[in-house]
Amino acid sequence: MPLLDIKNLSVSFDTSIGLFRAVDGIDIAVDSREVLAIVGESGSGKSVAMLATMGLLPSTATVTADRMTFEGRDLLAMGESEKRSIIGKEIAMIFQEPVASLNPCFTVGFQIGEVLRQHLGLTGRAAQKRMVELLELVGIRDAADKLKAYPHQMSGGQCQRVMIAMAISCNPKLLIADEPTTALDVTIQKQILDLLVRLQAETGMGLIMITHDMGVVAETADRVIVQYKGHKMEEADVLSLFENPRSNYTRALLSALPENAVGDRLPTVSDMLFEPAPGVR
Amino acid sequence: MTTPVLEVRDLKRDYVSSGGLFRPAKVVHAVKGVSFTLEKGKTLAVVGESGCGKSTLARMITLIDPPTAGEIRIDGIPASAAHVTKELRQKVQIVFQNPYGSLNPRQKIGDVLSEPLLLNTDMPAGERRARAMAMLTKVGLQPEHFNRYPHMFSGGQRQRIAIARALMLNPSFLVLDEPVSALDLSVQAQILNLLKDLQDEFGLTYVFISHDLSVVRYIADEVMVMYFGDVVEHGSREAVFADPQHDYTKTLFAATPRADVESIRARIARKKAMA
Repeated sequence: MPLLDIKNLSVSFDTSIGLFRAVDGIDIAVDSREVLAIVGESGSGKSVAMLATMGLLPSTATVTADRMTFEGRDLLAMGESEKRSIIGKEIAMIFQEPVASLNPCFTVGFQIGEVLRQHLGLTGRAAQKRMVELLELVGIRDAADKLKAYPHQMSGGQCQRVMIAMAISCNPKLLIADEPTTALDVTIQKQILDLLVRLQAETGMGLIMITHDMGVVAETADRVIVQYKGHKMEEADVLSLFENPRSNYTRALLSALPENAVGDRLPTVSDMLFEPAPGVR
Repeated sequence: MTTPVLEVRDLKRDYVSSGGLFRPAKVVHAVKGVSFTLEKGKTLAVVGESGCGKSTLARMITLIDPPTAGEIRIDGIPASAAHVTKELRQKVQIVFQNPYGSLNPRQKIGDVLSEPLLLNTDMPAGERRARAMAMLTKVGLQPEHFNRYPHMFSGGQRQRIAIARALMLNPSFLVLDEPVSALDLSVQAQILNLLKDLQDEFGLTYVFISHDLSVVRYIADEVMVMYFGDVVEHGSREAVFADPQHDYTKTLFAATPRADVESIRARIARKKAMA
C-alpha cells in the first residue's frame, strides 16, 4: 500500500469569470523511502495539488477526488481535529520562500517550539534540547544562539534550514518540499538538496519534490511526474524520463535546458497542444 | 584599435554602517578593485553567489551608485554618478531581476516605454508613441498591449517589457541583473533567444549578471567570477568552462546540478550501493 494515494484529484477555483480548473484528474502515489518529483511550469497545478492534499487551500477552491488516503486513512472523510493531528506532524511541508514563510515577529526558537508543543507536547528544557538537536541536524552552527535570532538576522539558506528543521521536528512520514531551492544560490542549493536527500535516506520518509528545475529532478528524484496545465503528461522513473521521454511536452521541456542547446538558438515550449504520454490517464 | 564600449579600472565600493556611541562604524568592502574592458557586441557574464558584489558592480557601471574609488569610461568618456548627463544616461540601461517589482503598477505599458524618451529627449509625443509601438512588437508583444497595465502580464511578458524599456534609448550597453532567474525554464529560453536576436540586430553589448552557470555558458563570450568582492577568475567562456583555475570556480561547477543521463545513472548506482 502506498504511503499517500491520490486518485483522480481535481481542484477548481471559483473566479469572477467562472470556474477555473487548476488540477484536472491527477493520480499521485508515493511510497515511504521514495523520492517523487513533480515537475511543471508555473500554473501547471503542481503546488495546488499538494496544498489540496494538505487542506491548505482557501474556501474558493473545490477539491474532489475518488480517493485520497494517507496510510490507508481517508483524508477527505476525516474530521478537522483528526486531520490536524496528521497535517504538520506526519505530513510536513517546506515552502518556496523561506524568508517569507517564517513569521518575522517571533524568534526562530519560538516558531520551532510551537510545533513541538502543539504536536508532541514538548515544553521547557526538553523542547530546548530537541530544538538545538534539530538545528544541528540541519547544519546550523551555534544552534543554541541561533534559536534567539529573528528571521531577518539570518540568510536565505539559513532560513530554509530552519524551515526544514521545523518540518522534520515531528519525524514526518511524508515530507513535501515545494520548490525548496528556487530562491537560493547554486552553492546553497546544492547544500540544501544534499541535506534533504540525506535526511530522507536516514529517516526513510517519503519525499515529494515540487520543482520546475530539471537539474534538481536529475539530482534527487527516483520517480518523476510531469504536469502541464493541470494534466499529467508523463510518469516515469528518473532515468527513463531523461533517456527516453515519451510525451512531447517532456521532450520540449528537456530541450529548453540551456546545456542542451543545439547551435545558436534554444528551442522553446510554445503553446501548442501537448498530448499526454501513452498509458497515462 | 576601436574604443571599448566599457572600460572599468580599479573600481571599489565600500559600505559604511553607522556606528553607535559604543560601537565603531563597520566598513564592508563590497567590491575590491575590479578592472575590465568590454568590446562592442560582446557579452560579459559576471558570476558569483549572493553577497559577492556583483549587483553592486552593476549599480556602479549603470551610474546609479557612485564608486568609492576607481574609474569608469563609457565609449571612452569618463563617467561619474555624481552628475549623469543626458548623453551618458542614453548609453547605459539596466534590466532588473524581478519583473514583478520593476514596473510601476499604475503606469500603462505605452507610458512605461515612452517615459525614457520623454525624460531624455525632445521628441514630440507622436514620435515617442510610434517608437514605443515599434519596440513593443520588436520584443514579441502585440500592439493591443500598449494600453494595458503591468498586472495583466505574465512574468515572461513583463521581462520583455523591461527589456523593451531599456532599449528605447538605443543604449551602447545593457546591464542585465539576473534577467531570467525568476522565470520558468521554457520562458527563460524565450527571453534568452530574444536577447540574442536583439544583440544581433542592434549590435548590443551586454553585461549579464547571473548565478546560473548553464545560462552563462549559453549566452556569454567572456566570464568573470566574483567571490567576496574580488574577481577570482576572468577569461573567455571556453577557457573558464574547460579549465577553471580558482577553487571557488571549481566549487561553483561542482554545485551546478547535472541533468545528463550518465550522472543520473551514477547517482542511482550510488544510492543502490548505500541501501
